[in-house]
Amino acid sequence: MSKNKQIHDVINSDYKLGFETLVESDTFPKGLNEDVIKAISAKKNEPEWLLEFRLKAYKKWLKMEEPSWANLNYPKIDYQDIAYFSAPKKALESLDEVDPEILKTYEKLGIPLEEQKMLAGVAVDAVFDSVSVKTTYQEELEKLGIIFCSVSEAANNHPELLKKYLASVVSVGDNYFACLNSAVFTDGSFVYIPPNTHCPMELSTYFRINALDTGQFERTIIICDEGSYVSYNEGCSAPTRDERQLHAAVVELVALKDAQIKYSTIQNWYPGDETGKGGILNFVTKRGLCKGDNSKISWTQVETGSSLTWKYPSCVLKGDNSVGEFYSVAISSKAQQADTGTKMIHLGKNTKSTIISKGISAMKGVNAYRGLVRVGKNATNARNISECDSLLIGNTCHAHTYPYHEVKNMSAQIEHEATTSKISDEQLFYLNQRGIHAENAVSMIVNGFCKEVLKELPMEFAAEAKELLNISLEGSVG
Amino acid sequence: MLKIENLKVNINEKEILKGLNLEIKPGEVHALMGVNGAGKSTLVKTLSAHYDCEVTDGSIVYKNKDLLELDVADRANEGIFMSFQNPVEVPGVNNSYFLKTAVNEKRAYNGEDEIDAMNFLKLIKEQTAKYDIDKKLLQRDLNEGFSGGEKKRNELIQLILLNPDLIMLDEIDSGLDVDAIKTVANVINQMLDGKKSVLMITHYDRLLELVKPDFVHILNDGKIVKTGDYSLALELDEKGFEGIGIKDENK
Repeated sequence: MSKNKQIHDVINSDYKLGFETLVESDTFPKGLNEDVIKAISAKKNEPEWLLEFRLKAYKKWLKMEEPSWANLNYPKIDYQDIAYFSAPKKALESLDEVDPEILKTYEKLGIPLEEQKMLAGVAVDAVFDSVSVKTTYQEELEKLGIIFCSVSEAANNHPELLKKYLASVVSVGDNYFACLNSAVFTDGSFVYIPPNTHCPMELSTYFRINALDTGQFERTIIICDEGSYVSYNEGCSAPTRDERQLHAAVVELVALKDAQIKYSTIQNWYPGDETGKGGILNFVTKRGLCKGDNSKISWTQVETGSSLTWKYPSCVLKGDNSVGEFYSVAISSKAQQADTGTKMIHLGKNTKSTIISKGISAMKGVNAYRGLVRVGKNATNARNISECDSLLIGNTCHAHTYPYHEVKNMSAQIEHEATTSKISDEQLFYLNQRGIHAENAVSMIVNGFCKEVLKELPMEFAAEAKELLNISLEGSVG
Repeated sequence: MLKIENLKVNINEKEILKGLNLEIKPGEVHALMGVNGAGKSTLVKTLSAHYDCEVTDGSIVYKNKDLLELDVADRANEGIFMSFQNPVEVPGVNNSYFLKTAVNEKRAYNGEDEIDAMNFLKLIKEQTAKYDIDKKLLQRDLNEGFSGGEKKRNELIQLILLNPDLIMLDEIDSGLDVDAIKTVANVINQMLDGKKSVLMITHYDRLLELVKPDFVHILNDGKIVKTGDYSLALELDEKGFEGIGIKDENK
């Protein structure tokens, strides 16, 4: 599409605000159409191929239908009632230029950028309402040939890599929400680790949904080249609001031969209140491709927030001897609903996968584990171990387990274990009798229940996760 | 220290304690004996505010406070300790971490500073050496996969570290061999400092031989029907309940 054609289209569009007004505004008005997509693309100075990618996805999305198979109840989402772009006032080059208010917010989140830069050795690519505010440590990483930047930057600086890997794991039409993301994704992280490089620090992104009524659509792509290693941490947080907000992210991981990716998430978006009012609707597609032999991808997630979670971080084990892991803690308290789990697709020989899922339900929370283990016909000696445990607190919550197994190779070994337990009155009484008060006692029991998963988290995340578990379950015992 | 008057307690709407009176002064050791179902465990559980026990009448004054006003944890932090017959397993919770939390809750309740990990380890080392108790159990998860004997030993470690004022032992000697009973007795005797009091439920005289009670109470049908000194336990051992005029409702 030529520039003239683009402008022509814009002029002829009947969208009342028009393309140029959109580009000038900091926050787009609600609504979705081709102009909005063109404006997002223009805002980010994207190359034309990327705009075409978006528009193709949009056309496809219009023909798709929102899935309804999950064990989730929510009022219909009006996609025209959502704003698809919002950005801080101006582009920033150094931390000094960052609005002190924004920095304050980061501090509230417990991630003072300065301190993190100096003390923790964590490089942070912070996404603040859709545009990267600050990318730290980039230079140091660059020395090793590691690329850690926003997807927008990658579109301009590393187009060949982005073009090669964008939608290579999660195709445009993979599912309704991934397709929407492909059309309107605003930003996210792009990571490339060159061959035989052990990334020397934990890479970390803190997403934060800030503006009112703004959907957030990150796109994250991580490529770990042959013989390399990277550990990536994603933390999320959203302020308290009455309105429901939509979040539809896509994360794609590619591990080449002998490469290893560890992806950890702590998600504590606003869960809504006890009556189910407000909170984030979280529809996320996360998938990793173990493309090369002996590669490994491991997902660890602690999901304590969102009013609704629809998320199945998956591994496609294509390379021989490749390994996929999924460790998950999901809490549904108040009126939260979570339908989460994983897919382990065994394609290569001697592939192994481990699934450890811990679901915790309290108050009126509904928690479902949904997992698929598929063994292809060429996947000789595939092995899977799944362990799905549910913990119930009180009498008004629910836990469900939906395991699916599809095995097309007789040499496969699959083990599935599932338990459901309650925090017993006897356990609580025992801890109380030793002087430990109810809330502390519950958090102790819950932390014990999740121990297998929490120990998979990087050090600096583990402490935060424990705190979150405690906060999330506040008030769940009388 | 403890004064119970006319205590009536229901469990599942059935009256188990039917007007019980008991006074325990500082430094005293009381043994509670009686046939099964007499209400011995119910008394100990009621003093700990167990969720099954519903107090319908009477009063309990502990350290000049109305005990019935306090919840389970506050009573514990006021110095009431109850050993469990069969302590529950809590998977994933490290035993040592649990104990440190409990110790610090008590310290906080008393307005003392928290004890840090280093000093806590030191304290454990000192105390377990003093009472000659194996501390390996502390590395495991709370009661998980413990044998009966290990569970009892773990109760003793908690007893030592929490250093309560009123020690309530609910059949801590059951299922233990002679040596283990000696360990229990050794701990209790060493802890007795003239201020701490003991209320112990037991069916056997072996523990009583080693920890000489000042008072022996026979509980029957929800009331204390006989009180004596150690000789009452000996008499009971010789003649049995019926021999001393106690009707066993179970028969």
